[in-house]
This record gives sequence, structure tokens and C-alpha cells, in this order.
Amino acid sequence: MLIKVMLIKTNARLKKLKRAVANVLFYLLLAVIVLYTVFPFYWAIVSSLKSGSALFQVDFWPQDPYWENYVAVFREQPFGRNILNSLLVSISTVLISLSLALAAAYAMGRIQFRGRTLLLFVILGVSMFPQVAVLSGMFELINSLGLYNNLLALSLSYMIFTLPFTVWVLTTFMRELPKELEEAAIVDGATPFTIVTKVFIPLMGPALVTTGLLAFIAAWNEFLFALTFTLSSEMRTVPVAIALISGASSYELPWGNIMAASVIVTVPLIVLVLVFQRRIVSGLTAGAVKG
Amino acid sequence: MEVTKHRHGTRKGAAHTSTRLSRQKVRWAWLFMAPMLLVLAFVAGWPLFKTIAYGFTDASLIAPETARFIGFDNFAFLLQDPYWWTAVWNTVVFAFASVALETVLGLIIALTLNAKFPGRGGLRAAILIPWAIPTVVSAQMWNWMYNDVFGVINHILQFVGLIEQPIAWTASPDTALLSIILVDVWKTTPFMALLLLAGLQMLPTECYESARIDGVHPLKVFFRVTLPLLKPTLMVAIIFRLLDALRVFDLVYVMSGNNHDTMSMSVYARQQLIDFGGLGFGSAASSLIFAIIALFTVVYLTVARVGREH
Amino acid sequence: MRRIALTLLLILSFESVAAGTASLSISCGALGVELSLCQQGVDAWSSKTGIDVNIVATPNSATERFALYQQILASRSADIDIFQIDVVWPGTLAPHLVDLSQYIPEDITAQHFSTLITNNTVDGALVAMPWFTVAGVLYYRKDLLHKYGESPPQTWQQLTDTAARIQEAERLAGNLRMYGFVFQAKGYEGLTCDALEWVDSFGGGTLVSSDGEVTINNPKAVQALEMASRWIGNIAPQGVLNYDEEQSRGVFQSGNAVFMRNWPYAWALGNAEDSPVRGKIGVIALPRGGEHGHHSGVLGGWQLAVSKYSKHPRQAADLVRYLTSYPEQKRRALIGSYNPTISVLYQDAEVLAAAPFFGTLYASFQNAVARPSRITGDKYARVSAEFYYAVHGVLGGKTTAAKALAQLQRKLERLSRGGQW
Repeated sequence: MLIKVMLIKTNARLKKLKRAVANVLFYLLLAVIVLYTVFPFYWAIVSSLKSGSALFQVDFWPQDPYWENYVAVFREQPFGRNILNSLLVSISTVLISLSLALAAAYAMGRIQFRGRTLLLFVILGVSMFPQVAVLSGMFELINSLGLYNNLLALSLSYMIFTLPFTVWVLTTFMRELPKELEEAAIVDGATPFTIVTKVFIPLMGPALVTTGLLAFIAAWNEFLFALTFTLSSEMRTVPVAIALISGASSYELPWGNIMAASVIVTVPLIVLVLVFQRRIVSGLTAGAVKG
Repeated sequence: MEVTKHRHGTRKGAAHTSTRLSRQKVRWAWLFMAPMLLVLAFVAGWPLFKTIAYGFTDASLIAPETARFIGFDNFAFLLQDPYWWTAVWNTVVFAFASVALETVLGLIIALTLNAKFPGRGGLRAAILIPWAIPTVVSAQMWNWMYNDVFGVINHILQFVGLIEQPIAWTASPDTALLSIILVDVWKTTPFMALLLLAGLQMLPTECYESARIDGVHPLKVFFRVTLPLLKPTLMVAIIFRLLDALRVFDLVYVMSGNNHDTMSMSVYARQQLIDFGGLGFGSAASSLIFAIIALFTVVYLTVARVGREH
Repeated sequence: MRRIALTLLLILSFESVAAGTASLSISCGALGVELSLCQQGVDAWSSKTGIDVNIVATPNSATERFALYQQILASRSADIDIFQIDVVWPGTLAPHLVDLSQYIPEDITAQHFSTLITNNTVDGALVAMPWFTVAGVLYYRKDLLHKYGESPPQTWQQLTDTAARIQEAERLAGNLRMYGFVFQAKGYEGLTCDALEWVDSFGGGTLVSSDGEVTINNPKAVQALEMASRWIGNIAPQGVLNYDEEQSRGVFQSGNAVFMRNWPYAWALGNAEDSPVRGKIGVIALPRGGEHGHHSGVLGGWQLAVSKYSKHPRQAADLVRYLTSYPEQKRRALIGSYNPTISVLYQDAEVLAAAPFFGTLYASFQNAVARPSRITGDKYARVSAEFYYAVHGVLGGKTTAAKALAQLQRKLERLSRGGQW
């Protein structure tokens, strides 16, 4: 036990020095992490404030901020409308998948029945196909429902990737909750429906926020379905709207505008995360109440 | 694996309660699952069935109605296509490298954020930023940052003195896959960190307290106490990341197109399906991707379960 | 929560009512100048005929656009009547497109570049009308060539020598990031264009001959690729192996390259107000492959086609005819510098005043080399991919030109089913 021997041998002064070094290393580590995660976003902001040729030069600070990019994003397309579309689609996707998944998670997390594990794997299996492979079948489905160029088509098709995820995560949370909660309610003669709405939803609130946020970001960033199932610019969502941005020729990538649009759409998400971050953490700790 | 464990004793409980009650409970269970299962069957059933069925035909994207049934021909061709196996290999390397890096990094971030220090809230929000930018955009942005002549990464590395000559990150076969892995790590570490942070906060603090009082080295506490307790969370987080990483598409496609040095399984399937219009062949490739991922999942879960029982 | 969900569903389902009252819809361009030019043209036609036209913006990226079109056409949807299609798509999309020769008389089509009309004619049917064209051209730094007393290169060898000399001298003078030549060598369609230009300029043919025979494995093609592979790491940065149009423009426009192969769009951007190379660039035809070679620029550009599933094919064809007409192409050339496809417009004084290089590069545009997309039909994408993989391998030093092309020849022959395609 080398460590133990060493620990015993160290005197107080060495300990103090070690702590100081450890502190410095800790903050150095923090700095590196922050640099790695935040620098590209900082770079996106800098790029969004540059015009044409300045994009090809390395300046760590925009010499002469070029706000025109931000104006252009809204001038050339109904970008406000696109953001609204994305919000509508993402929020409805989250609400639908959470309510469906919550009910299912109760069944899978709290009730023992045959074939439960198999069912969970079948559900997981749905998200093992590459998205592009299900595109043409999904397109047929959307067309036959008459939902083409309708935001409902997006909310519906997004279920294919949000449902497996939310079901799995919520089932895990459900399982972590102490069984006494439920037993007390059963003794009181409550139906499973009452148990879910009165006992579990309040407890799961924070957990729902976490999974909801994860599903929200997945829906917010989705591109392929959104491009294929909508047609008019009033129906486009944000990622598609960004892909539509072009310069005078189809070869040109107007990077300043694209970066401006990306910064604009990232800000609401960051605000969302900042608002919910306390909840995210406490949401995931909801399961900590061990039975 | 959370899903397959029975430590809360619901099974034992069921044996004790009357069969009538448990049968009623099971009926409730199916009733509760029905809406979700119906929606999923409705949304996923048809497209997935079509994908698998097309895999056995020579359908073309532009005229799917002329498809002929050709049995396993697509699969036979696929299995002897060296490009396919390169794609499989790239994807496996990509998935394992990036998930491993993300796990380690995510763990470090989670441990850091679990400690109390000023500015913790801001830092939590900061690490989540990469996750919020649409992948298509962030991949393109990294591509420009990697550029060997006007890219900022080479500028910084040269300025700091780490490299003499600019490196063609995305072009050289030696670094192309690595550069894509680094972007994926950047992009999805937040997801990992968040889940692990939650896992850490779920741990009972008594273990730490007693260990600290005993004067055990922090590293030892981590490996002996924290890590084993965190294992269930770690397993859940890893499986979701692995599933995503094995299907990686947009990142690879935006950063280096159809290049074989970096081509992933999904990029291969997309090229066959969309670029070449081979709906049948592309669907067969997709079905095989599904099979490979399912295999990995089963192996992973088996190993994880065996690991837990010991 | 349930009430919120219901309200949302209601909002979502009402959304669809607003769209889709127009009687025709056209997909032309993404956003920006391209879309506004299209909008003006369409509006003019609309007010003349009284037919409503809806414009659909599609993604900037050609690959994404192609995927979308295939999906829409395969479902026989009438949602888009007129498609703006790339020069290499007619062969693949032809089964879903209307034969325009029944609506547009021959004396009108005869005014357009014959290379384009041939390219757009599949099995005797004119499936698309040329709208604007592009061809690969060579950009050079006038100031640098002048400084070192060099003249614009006529052959690839001259380009190589000039590039090497200026690159070395500039680096000695402290300009460490200077490179001789940038082009597009990422594994994508752009590399097919670039490599076809090298091969064709040496007289090595265009991959597949017009009667369907695979011709790529020949000494001249080998010579062309050997030359190109020597550029990498010498006069071209190693990173060029992952450059597309915009990355090469980035290097050239930031003043870090002597020569660049690109499309005409880079001209206006390179001469923009804030460009470091503003007024310092020249543009000429791509070099010849040796004394006996010829100038060769690959044909690009966009066409307008009418969907077979359109409910109003006659009106749609009329709109196509209007948009591709002389006055409309002239307007587009004057405002947006879009290269016309009508020959006489290259002698129009107003057009030449607005875009001087239209005159000097007329031959490049008129004689641009078509990729073998018409003869290979829906297999073109595969042929092109095999070609750029082979070239990318040679450029990256993984294999030799001779070996790669011999292997490519075998692969393409198998794919062609003996020249039948």
C-alpha cells in the first residue's frame, strides 16, 4: 500500500503545498475545458460579425463589427416565422412524447409482466436504423395521411427518435422511485391512473424536464425530415432555413449569414438551459430517493 | 443495466399478492403502454417494414414501383464490398474512440461540476453550448477552423509553438478520422457530463464522508467508492451514446463527404440510397447497420450484466 | 399540460390551410440574389398571363437538392411543377420529366449552346431548357505574375513552373503561407470536374465516350494524373485533398495562392470592396495539357425542367420558355452576372460591359466539356464517384495513376454492361 505509506510520511507543509498545486491544476483543467467547449461558439460569434473576405482571416476580435449579417437573416426569409415553427414543432414533440412515454414508463417501470424486457429492446431497436433509411417509407406515410407541408408531419415523424429515448429514460427513473409510495396508494384503493397522476407526476416533474429538454434539442436540430416533409418557406424549420441561406451563386456559402443565423437560434436554447439547469440537475437526482 | 434489474423486488411482490390483483395490474400495464406502442407502431412500423422489405429487392429511388425481388443478392454483394467493410471499421473505431473519450472527459467535467466552487452555475451552462448548435452548422464551422491555410486551429498551435508546419487536419488520412472524433467529443461530451453529474449527485454522501475522515486518498476514493456506485448511470449513458455514434452521419458527411478514409456505415448507406439512387441496396445496407448495432447492444448489455453480477 | 397539448395540435393543424393556393410552383435557387432574380422573372410572367406562381426555395447544397427532388418525383407528387436541375441530372431524372420539344419550337432551342441542348436531350426528348451555364476557369494573381515577370500560363507545365517559382520567392520574402495553386480535391463531384479537365486537356477523353465506351485507361490520362499528384505538398497545400469550392476560394481570396481553379462566381467575390486581392486578379481559360493539348473547362450550370406529374404542363412549359428567353437571360446577366446560354448574348454590348470576362472566355463557355452524365444515365453518380475515388487515391499517394486508372477501367466496364449502360 504505497499510497498509505506515503500519506503517513507526508508532513503538514508538504500537504499544504500539494493542496495549492492541486488547486492550480484544478483551475487549469477548468480553463482547458471551458476553452474547448466555448471557444468554437465564441468563434461562431466572431465569424457572424465579419463580412465577405474578413472570414478568411484569423482575427480574434472582429475589427469592425458587421451587423448586417444579422439583419440579412431576417430580411431574406421569414426567419422569425421559422423560429416559431421550430418552437411549435419541438414543444409539441416534447409534450406528446413525454405524455405517451410517462404512461408507458409507469407500466414498464412499476409493473412486472412477461415480455417486458423484450418490449424495451424492440423499442430501442427502432432507433438503430439510420435516419436516411426510413425516409422514403416515412414520406409515403406522411403523404397518405395528407400531412405533407404541414408541421404536424414533423411532430409525428419525430416520435420515431424521441419516443424510444424518453421511454427508456423515464422507465429508468420510475424504477428508482421507492415502492412504498405506490403501495400506500394501493392500500388506499387508488387506481393506477390516479397513482400516475397524483403520485408519480409530482415526483417525476424534474425528471420530465430533463428528458423533455433532451428531446427538445433533438427535435430542434433535426434536418432531414424537416427538409423533406415541408415545402413552403412559411413551413420551414430553423435548420432547413439555415441550409437555404445562399449567396449570389449556389457555390458560395455566405458564412457570415449562416453563423449569424446559428448564433440567433442557439441563444434561445442557451437561455432555456440556463433557466432549467437547476431543474436538470435536481431532475436527475429525483431518483436518489432510494426505497 | 437499469431496465433488467429487479432489485426493488417487484417480482417477489407479485408472487405474494393475489393472482387476480396482479393480472389486473398487467392489464393496466398494457393499457398504459397502448398509446405509446400504437404511435410507435404507426410511425415506425411502416417505414421500418419498407426498409427491410426493400433490402430484398433491386428497387431504385427514382422508380420504386419497378422493384423485383432478388433474395439475398444485395446482402451477398454488400458482404464482399471492401468499401462497406472500410465503412464498418471506420464506424467502429469512431464509435469506440469517441465514446471512450467522451466518457472520460464527461466524468472529469461531472466531477469538477460536482465540487463546490464559485461560478459553478455559469460553467454548467457553458459546457452545454456545443450541444445546442445544429450539427450541420457546427461541423462546417470546425471544417473551416481546421483549414490548413486560413484555419484558426493551425494559427493557434503555431503561435503557441506546438507545431512548426500547419497540419492538414481533415485531408491527411492519418488525422482525418481523429479530427472528426474530436468534433464529436466536443459536441456530445455535454450530454455525457450531464447524465454523469446527475449520477454523482444521486450517490449517498455518507460513503465520501467516512472515507474522508479515514484520510483515504481522493483518487482511491474515486476508484474504490465513486466509480462502482456510478456504474449503472455510466452504463445507461454509454449505451445511448454508442447507439448514436454507430449511426453517425451528418458530422462525417459534412466534414469530409464520401471520402473512404472516414466514411461511416450511415454515410455509405446514404451514398448508395440517395446519390446512387439504389433504394434496394441502400435499404439492405441499412438493415445490416441495424443488425450490427443490435449485435453490439446485446454484447454490451451481456458484458455489462455479467460485470455487475461479479 | 393536456390542454396546452390540444391547443398546440390545433394550431399545428391549422397551419396547413394557408399554403398551396397557387396554380403553379417552381423551385429556383435558394435565398439571396438567385431567388430574387427568379421572383422578378416569375412576377413578370404572372402579370402577363394572370397565373399565380408559388416559389419554393430549396437548399443551397446541390446534393441535398437532388435528394429532395428524387423523393418528390418518385412519389409522383404534383407539389412542384418546375424544377431547377443541375447539368448532370437530366440522365437520372428524365423518366419523370416532360419532353419540352412539344411546347418549345426548334428555332428557339437552336439559339442555345448546342453542348447544353445535347446534354439535356435524353433518348430524343428535350427534358430541360438551359437557364444559365458555368465552366471551370483559372484565376491568377496579376500583381504577383507581374512582379516576377511571368505571363499567364498556357499549359499546365507553365502553371506548375510559375507557381513553384513564385511560391518559393514569396516564402523567402516572408510570406510563409503562400501556395502556388489551389483547386477542389475533396472526395466529391467537384473533384470529378477538376480531374476531367486535366485529363481532357491532355487529350485523354472524358471518362466515357459519347457512344458509351469506357475510355479512361489511356497514357494521356495517366500523364495528367501523374502531373496533378506531383502538385500535392509542393505547389498545392496538403489540405487541398479536402477542399471544396469555398475552401479554395478562402485560400486564394485571403491572398495565399497564386493560381486557383474555380467557377466564375469567385470573380465578383474576389473583387468585392473588402477583398485583399481586389483588382489584383485575372481570369483565363484553364491551361492546355502540353503543346498538343487543348483548353478544357468542365460544363456546369442549371436548367429548368417540367415535372410529368404537373397538372398544368402547358403553362409550366410556357413559364420555362419565358424564363430561359433572350430578354430574361440578358436581365439576369446584367444584374447577377449569370452566364447566358444563348450564344448571341455574348456579343451584346450591355452584357459585355457588365461582365467583361464573358467576352474573353466565350470559347470556354461555348466549348465546355460535359461530364458523361447523359450517356451513363442514372449510373452517372456511381461513375463519378468511382472516378473521384480513383483520383483522390492517386493525389493522396496511395496508388499510382497507372494502377488506379486500370482498375477504374475494369470497374466502369463492369458497371456499363459492355457499353450499354
